Amino acid sequence: MRKALVILLSLFCIATVNAKAADVSAPQQVAGVAGAAVMHKAVPRVAKTVGKEKKEINVKAIIFGHILDSYRWEITKIRGKEISLYLPVILYSKTSGWHVFSSRKLFVNEDGTENESGGYDGFYPAGESSAHQGKLLEKMPDGTNVKPADFSVTKVSLGLMINSAILIVLILCTTKFYRKHQDGTGVPGKFASFMEMFVMAIEDSVIKPCVGANYKKYSPYLLTAFFFILVNNLMALIPIFPGGANVTGNIAITFFLAICTFLAVNIFGTKHYWKDILWPDVPLWLKCPIPLMPVIELFGIFTKPIALMIRLFANMLSGHMAMLVLTCLIFIGCSIGALMGSTMTVISVAFNLFMNALELLVAFIQAYVFTLLSAVFIGMAQEGKELKREVK
Amino acid sequence: MSLLVPDSGLLFWMFLSFLIVFVVVGKFGFPYIVKAVEKRRENITQSLQGAKEADLKISKVKEESDSIVAAANKEQGRVLRDASDQRKKIIAEAKNEAVQAAQKEINAAKEQIRLQKEEAIIDIRREVASLSCDIAERILRQQLSDKDKQMAMVDRMITEVLDKEKSEVRN
Repeated sequence: MRKALVILLSLFCIATVNAKAADVSAPQQVAGVAGAAVMHKAVPRVAKTVGKEKKEINVKAIIFGHILDSYRWEITKIRGKEISLYLPVILYSKTSGWHVFSSRKLFVNEDGTENESGGYDGFYPAGESSAHQGKLLEKMPDGTNVKPADFSVTKVSLGLMINSAILIVLILCTTKFYRKHQDGTGVPGKFASFMEMFVMAIEDSVIKPCVGANYKKYSPYLLTAFFFILVNNLMALIPIFPGGANVTGNIAITFFLAICTFLAVNIFGTKHYWKDILWPDVPLWLKCPIPLMPVIELFGIFTKPIALMIRLFANMLSGHMAMLVLTCLIFIGCSIGALMGSTMTVISVAFNLFMNALELLVAFIQAYVFTLLSAVFIGMAQEGKELKREVK
Repeated sequence: MSLLVPDSGLLFWMFLSFLIVFVVVGKFGFPYIVKAVEKRRENITQSLQGAKEADLKISKVKEESDSIVAAANKEQGRVLRDASDQRKKIIAEAKNEAVQAAQKEINAAKEQIRLQKEEAIIDIRREVASLSCDIAERILRQQLSDKDKQMAMVDRMITEVLDKEKSEVRN
């Protein structure tokens, strides 16, 4: 138990450091990607001088192909043959109703050749300039493109479902023992003890102290959020099929989690909490003629969950990007020459090893930080209740 | 740009997945684990407290038993001493009684001996008297065969009696 505590403590120490570093690392990542893009522009020239048969490497396309959502799940390539999971496309258009088809049709024509346009049945993917890059848009008769309601099971949503199923199985397997031993007797197995360590660490060192007196109401949500993020983060680190989907690095996922925390904070906020926002304890001139402080405080309600959303999203995204860029270095090096290629391979593998270890840590830290901050925000909105109880 | 725009379709699937996970895990998972662990913690605290109390009780019982043993030892000593005293007393009494009984017996024996002795003396006296009478008779018969001697005898005897009376009167 003491070892576990030491590990948790060290993780937490790094978490606080990382939380600061994350804000710095995000722009760096962008710079890194930009650098890679510049490199990619330089590469064709070099490649052309070496040999004309070599394909040019589009680093940006590789990275965004991995990071962005997609209608299919590319698993691997064996002898030039792509092995992909083609996922169902489910669209609802106001004009033409429901459309359900396999995404295979977006990539492969009926006769087996590659679908150049990437479209099917009047739906075409949006270009890079669009806000819905890669998403299917419906081409209207008058030439305009309209986004249909898109319920397609994409790579990220399939990954999400697989991870959710894994999480449910994991937790229910753990619970099996505790369900039988509700009186607290018996010794749990290795796996159950392992899971218990995490559950109780979060419950005891995060939820109880941060939320305060009525933590029991929020502990299922906070624990679910923690394990949900953790499982998704860890699965994203596994490069082959069931893993590898960039789930928590997708803003829709973190957006939804942030909304959940936002609702948990504000729906159950006490009078004291709302009073602090609408009529804070500041000099009267700051709030009376022009409600300066209340406006700032109201803004704060929204910035907190937004910060949560961006933090998790940016951290996971930057980690994936860094690893992808490092992997791409091998191919860039190889396109320059054999010596450069082998050097780059060594460097890239070494750095990737480091990055993977770091990401393993970050996967835990980000789940921890999200839960911790959610608990703190909920606890802040619960302040009045404790006071009431003390008065009574 | 699409990187920063939450996709509505994904939001829908996220809503569905998270809701299911939350309902299943939040309702049938974590509360059971937390409750069981909390109960276990309570059990352990209670057991520790119970063990402490039991320890205290045991030490108390031990103390008590020690004191009981000590008291018993004391009592034993006292009883033994009493018994030995009693024994001595009984022996002394018995001795005393025996001595007294022996004395009595001895006294009785002495008395008997004395009586027997007296009886024997009386017998011997009687015997001696009768013998002396016989002897005297014989002597008398022998001596009184002639008259002179008889007369002398009578005279002497009378003088003797008179002397005796004279001395008695003098005394």
